Amino acid sequence: MIHPIPPGTRDVLPDEMRELRRLHRALIEVFEERGYGEVATPAIEYDEVLGRGGGRAAESAYRFFGESGDLLALRSDMTVPIARLVSSRFADAEMPLRLCYLASAYRGVRPQRGQMREFVQAGVELIGAPAPDGTAEVVEVLEAALDAAGLNRAVIGLGDSDLFRQLLIEMGVGDEARDSLLERLAMHDLVGLEAGLSEIEGIGEEQCATCVALSQLRGGREVLEQARALGGGAVERATARLQETYDALERRGVADRVRIDLGLLRDLGYYSGAILEVYDPALGHVIGGGGRYDALLKRFGVDLPAAGFALYVERVHVAQMEEEARGRAGS
Amino acid sequence: MSVEVAGLGRAKAEGPLKLAVPRGALFGETLDLLDAIGIDTSAPRGDSRSLIFEANGITLVTMRPSDVPTYVEAGAADVGITGKDVLLEQSDRVVYELLDLGFGRCRMVLAGRRGDRRLGESQRRLGMMRIATKYPRIAERHFEATGRQVEVIEVKGSVELAPLIGLGDGIVDLVATGRTLEENDLEVREEIVECTARFVANRVAHKLRASEVDALMEKLREATAR
Repeated sequence: MIHPIPPGTRDVLPDEMRELRRLHRALIEVFEERGYGEVATPAIEYDEVLGRGGGRAAESAYRFFGESGDLLALRSDMTVPIARLVSSRFADAEMPLRLCYLASAYRGVRPQRGQMREFVQAGVELIGAPAPDGTAEVVEVLEAALDAAGLNRAVIGLGDSDLFRQLLIEMGVGDEARDSLLERLAMHDLVGLEAGLSEIEGIGEEQCATCVALSQLRGGREVLEQARALGGGAVERATARLQETYDALERRGVADRVRIDLGLLRDLGYYSGAILEVYDPALGHVIGGGGRYDALLKRFGVDLPAAGFALYVERVHVAQMEEEARGRAGS
Repeated sequence: MSVEVAGLGRAKAEGPLKLAVPRGALFGETLDLLDAIGIDTSAPRGDSRSLIFEANGITLVTMRPSDVPTYVEAGAADVGITGKDVLLEQSDRVVYELLDLGFGRCRMVLAGRRGDRRLGESQRRLGMMRIATKYPRIAERHFEATGRQVEVIEVKGSVELAPLIGLGDGIVDLVATGRTLEENDLEVREEIVECTARFVANRVAHKLRASEVDALMEKLREATAR
């Protein structure tokens, strides 16, 4: 007899669980080796607390009332709960603070899209270590985690979350239009971006072309030069930040698999400065992401810079299987 | 001895770039455009039943236009060409829309029977219109954006039929020349959006195969600008 479970949730049976556990252990070991202590937080929190993350994607898709009428919610990631944890339990601790987690998170799904309502994230948060070296340390841990998972071909995209917001402000684009343009940029809808920009008074063809060209710049260090050539104060500041981060990565010897990507935008509301995305050639989807969120902890009353990343463990597992199959086919 | 080969089901950022080519109304002009940028399209033009063609270092995968976002989002095709109408209708698919190719121009419109006041009557007296369409999401968004209530009825075949025999007060459909509407005694009441063919890319392919995607995009841009 079949008793259904909601779409976007699933059972894990022993064969898969064995492989997942192996992956879990490998990842946590990498984190612990580098001084990141594992923490767990409740899946259910007060909605008001999770809501401080801001942004649509960070918002919880599942809210309900507790016995005494409090509005509760399921977490949609671990970064916001850890920001809360740090402010409540580690406000006076010695910095930097290194924490890691392996935990389920919950998001809304669109029907028939194979999206998961409940999924496992493995990641780290580095609190109290400013850019650029804090960012570089996080990337170093991320690379070690990818190696431990056997994803030697994985690539890390490095972008700057403030670039386009600042650029559009500099161009004099108002709040409302700006949000709509940023949304198009996040979707990389270049046709829509161009159309949206051309509707705004005072934006010339040249500025329009600059925006589109910037969003298409991705590659090695050379793209920073190409970006600077496009000019403007916002571009100058963002490329300077990226340059510092890239230099710090090179000093640690971990810049090789990092691609600078000026068109990168993430849809979570708390990022500032550097943002990261992780890809594997075996998979058409992003397998992880992260970045800096220097302003998030302030929303919880402690003003500390922070950065981190999360890998989508199930997707890493899929990529792992694809890479193994490729290895067998190639040998 | 058999060699185990990884399934084709998942994206592979290896081998030649895979371009999803729409069959149907956009097929001819898409192939013309590919010819113009030096890709040999004689094979897909032939009467072969094949769906996949190798040509000048690129793999052409032919499919229904409405399947293009699906294949590109999953990374089974790295890049693709399809109509803006398809992209709007499937706006929840994450594909990068990189270039307006300019051809295949047509309009998404609201149409009603010629001289018939039913659309307005329903709106005024019932507060609600019944609209038959193959594009339920575009229709819903349009009426929501213009502050009107509608009941959207999704049909799969010739939508012009619906209002003629009383299924709905009007239709939302794609119009190129307007001839089909005319022949069915329908007329355009509102224009919703103009649609052309677009060049789209998979999110990961756009990052991991940047130079190939950019090179193809540049060639397409030059060819369509002419």
